[in-house]
Amino acid sequence: MPMPARPAFLFDSRLCTGCKACMIACKDKNDLDPGVRWRRVTECTGGEWTRTAEGYRQNVFSYYLSVSCNHCEDPICVQSCPTTAMHQDGNGIVSVDPKKCVGCKYCSWSCPYGAPQYSERLGRMTKCDFCRDEIEAGRPPVCVAACPSRALQWGDLEALRGKLGQPMAVAPLPPVSATRPALFVTPHRDARPVGSTAGLKANPEEV
Amino acid sequence: MKTTHPQPGASRPSRSAPAYAAGTGPEDCAARSLNRRAFLKWCALLGGAAMLPGGLAGLCPAVAEAASGGDRQDFVWSSCNVNCGSRCVLRAMVRDGAMVRMDTDNLGADDYGTHQIRACLRGRAMRQRVYAPERLKYPMLRTGKRGEAAFRRASWDEALDVIAAKMKDVRERYGNEAFYLNYGTGNLGSVMSKSWPTDQTPITRLMNCFGGYLNHYNTYSTAQIATSMPYLYGGGLGNALSDIVNSKLVVLFGNNPAETRMSGGGVVYDIQRAKRESNVRVIVIDPRYTDTAVAVADEWIPIRPATDAALAAGIAHVLFAEGLADRAFMDTYCVGHDEAHLPEGVPAGSSYEAYIMGKGPDGVAKTPGWASAICGVPVDTIVRLAREIGTAKPCCISQGWGPQRHHNGENNCRAIAVLAALTGNVGIPGGNTGAREGGYSLPFPGFPTLKNPVAASISFFLWTDAIVRGPEMTAERDGVRGVPRLNVPVKFIWNYAGNALINQHSDINRTARILSDDTMCEMIVVVENFMTPSARFADVLLPAVTNLEENDFAHQGSTAEMGYVVFAQKAIEPLFESRSVYDMCADIAGRLGIRDQYTEGRTRDEWLQKILAAARQKLPDLPATLEEAWKLGVYKVRNPGKPFVAYKAFRDDPVANPLATPSGRIEIFSKRLWDIGHKWELPEGERITALPEYDEATEGQGDPLRKKYPLQLVTHHYKQRTHSTYGNVPWLKEAAPQNVWVNPLDAADRGLAHGDMVRVFNDRGATVLPVKVTPRIMPGTISIPQGAWYAPGAGGTDFGGSANILTSLRPSPLAKGNPQHTTLVELTRHSGGSHANAS
Repeated sequence: MPMPARPAFLFDSRLCTGCKACMIACKDKNDLDPGVRWRRVTECTGGEWTRTAEGYRQNVFSYYLSVSCNHCEDPICVQSCPTTAMHQDGNGIVSVDPKKCVGCKYCSWSCPYGAPQYSERLGRMTKCDFCRDEIEAGRPPVCVAACPSRALQWGDLEALRGKLGQPMAVAPLPPVSATRPALFVTPHRDARPVGSTAGLKANPEEV
Repeated sequence: MKTTHPQPGASRPSRSAPAYAAGTGPEDCAARSLNRRAFLKWCALLGGAAMLPGGLAGLCPAVAEAASGGDRQDFVWSSCNVNCGSRCVLRAMVRDGAMVRMDTDNLGADDYGTHQIRACLRGRAMRQRVYAPERLKYPMLRTGKRGEAAFRRASWDEALDVIAAKMKDVRERYGNEAFYLNYGTGNLGSVMSKSWPTDQTPITRLMNCFGGYLNHYNTYSTAQIATSMPYLYGGGLGNALSDIVNSKLVVLFGNNPAETRMSGGGVVYDIQRAKRESNVRVIVIDPRYTDTAVAVADEWIPIRPATDAALAAGIAHVLFAEGLADRAFMDTYCVGHDEAHLPEGVPAGSSYEAYIMGKGPDGVAKTPGWASAICGVPVDTIVRLAREIGTAKPCCISQGWGPQRHHNGENNCRAIAVLAALTGNVGIPGGNTGAREGGYSLPFPGFPTLKNPVAASISFFLWTDAIVRGPEMTAERDGVRGVPRLNVPVKFIWNYAGNALINQHSDINRTARILSDDTMCEMIVVVENFMTPSARFADVLLPAVTNLEENDFAHQGSTAEMGYVVFAQKAIEPLFESRSVYDMCADIAGRLGIRDQYTEGRTRDEWLQKILAAARQKLPDLPATLEEAWKLGVYKVRNPGKPFVAYKAFRDDPVANPLATPSGRIEIFSKRLWDIGHKWELPEGERITALPEYDEATEGQGDPLRKKYPLQLVTHHYKQRTHSTYGNVPWLKEAAPQNVWVNPLDAADRGLAHGDMVRVFNDRGATVLPVKVTPRIMPGTISIPQGAWYAPGAGGTDFGGSANILTSLRPSPLAKGNPQHTTLVELTRHSGGSHANAS
């Protein structure tokens, strides 16, 4: 695919098995240290068990969300960066200028996705750059190319808008109005709406 | 010098830029040396930590700048060869002799049938596995007590001399039956360095040239189902998962491809694609809400482990009582379903219908109420499930290998499969046999290993028994095959690319006690990449290359519609003094005077060329030379026919195409099992039944031991590892940390919160690990992902989260297989110290 004017992620939660091939492909390509996770897979699990006279009853549900930086149209990380290290280029890709970043972490705190990741080793912020090198060469980002379930795709934001309408989100993601992410989520059958607390982040230690 | 066992989660330097001096081949390993500057750099990165013998300082060649925007020419085609049942393509990006990135099959079109064989997270983490600090650097000989991991460095010559001398000594004193090749699947995907099947490895060829060895049958994966399904069907085939597009309903009993066969070119993708195409209703029956349930299920029916035969009986009761059983099918194709179709000489009341309807010897009707009390599935759910199964035409009933890995597993898996026969779903598109899925594959030859002159064979699970009491083991008491009884105990063990010497066997503490006595088994040779828990028990420890360090082929994994073979070229030179197993065995053969017989004058690459030539006899489109093969990387063929349907010929014409059972029919009542059940010597309380009856398992639902240990422990396959392989990879430990799944009700009873450290224990041992409190598991059941590396602390407590510290060595009645999921335990908050201060 030629380099889109503005790249966007498309994530079909119906297909995701939570396998994390995307996360490891990203860590391998970018040599990420332990704890630095440019792409994270959240397990959203809810439902309850009750003991009854006839045995146990339950209404358990579970689904996964694979999320990296969403290269938002209103990137709050850029607004909150005191040194202008965090910036957005002409393709909408949000990046850190390593020469300017002082590692204050304001971007990470302000981002509702927690996307910018602090590197202890480098003493500064790091983040997903949409695999700019790959997509400029006409190849998909490595997370997309890695997905065994073909749940993670990518495309041009405007083209996807034309096809799918406005980007959408599900719980526990923030409402798209917050930052206007370049991320289209196809909801899992059990997905809870944004704002719902019925689905818990079941793997906090992994994200 | 004593080694330190690698600590889980131990900090390590994350990166360096190694440079390896290129060796010219396995022959000159002694001349191969590390670039001195790189070596010093690693040492510096290690800080104050001691260099471990056999351990390699943390190095993860991480050159992001070099990797980015990489030139495609730098990629070398390779494969991931571990035992998940899938087989993935890897493409290693190599710069200056080091791997700097691991990619997969993601080039070109992604058309189903020749689609991209995308590696799972583990394959993507291969770099950290190859460059792990636990890599063995050179041969070592044991200096302390066996199992203490006290070793000294040895030269290859000295190590191989020791092995050859001991081989002659043991053969002279005990004969060839005293040699045992332990189950090991760490490199089963390879062709030339294959570690499983155990009769197809280079060590097998060496031993066959040397006069043979004690065989084993079955595996830790499939003992009970592999043994019992042939009594029902004469085999164990199942329809391809792609065939569910023809189904009206799919019922998966413990079948979980999303966590067992995770390849993007394998069966998880097949079932997802088929589900998406047809939107067929899928029900998952499992103690856990698996990732397969997340991805494809419309309904999850949680079940207590080891009770599938009871649920199946409850379903069968509804089918018989409501006229939903397919009588016409059964009368034509089955034996023993009703009283009119029993084999001769069997008493009345022996049919499955009699058993189900309460007209058999036990007089108990297997009503949904009876079943519910055992399996924990509510009565109304059983009735609805039975009606769905009975009315959906066709219905695919399929099982994984969890339901059978129980002390009563033989009957669990047969009972599930009988549902397919009762409903006439065998041999038709959209149906299934109740077995695990089949698929399409290409023929590809292996490395010829000659014939084993020794006839004796034991269950893979009873090798520890064969060490302790070999000559007492008989055919009718211990399932010895080929001979009426063993002549000698096991005295010499080869353990190649396996962790079943301690980690993946059962009852680690008892196994360790047996192994620690070196007057019983006198020699253990371990051929490995890493200082694994099993490697700690070696007498001679030989460092093998990883598959990224040698040329090989990798035959395909389990897929529905695609046949393929991977041509895996050596990506980097062997690290340190590691060698290919073929070459090790050739040099041992030389010391035994059988080199020519072993090698037939060929180098390893010359064997690959010969195998490729043999493969071209059946697949003429394959490349002619190794060079062309390395360039091609992967060869794929789409199934030219329809999705595989098991026993279709039998269904079409049962007279012309009988099954391989004595009657030629589906033997719901097996006269062979009836005879075995009356003949074999079994421990008190165990039975082998002609019908797939529900028998309470030892440590199952009704065991009085439940008063003391009220929780049933099962294990699941975890994305962090394939069994124990990849269990030392930091990226994977970060992505999928070890933990024990506990239902919120059980956690609340014990005052536990998510993330607490807990101690799981029974009379056999204890392990400490964090708890994952999740509603995705049945109350009363807990699950530890199997395969974590055993890390013993003080008093024998394991701090690695290794489930087999808790499991039992008591074999199942018929298969003499591992009862890994029938284990009773208790769980408490861990109040002791960490691994570091406890040991």
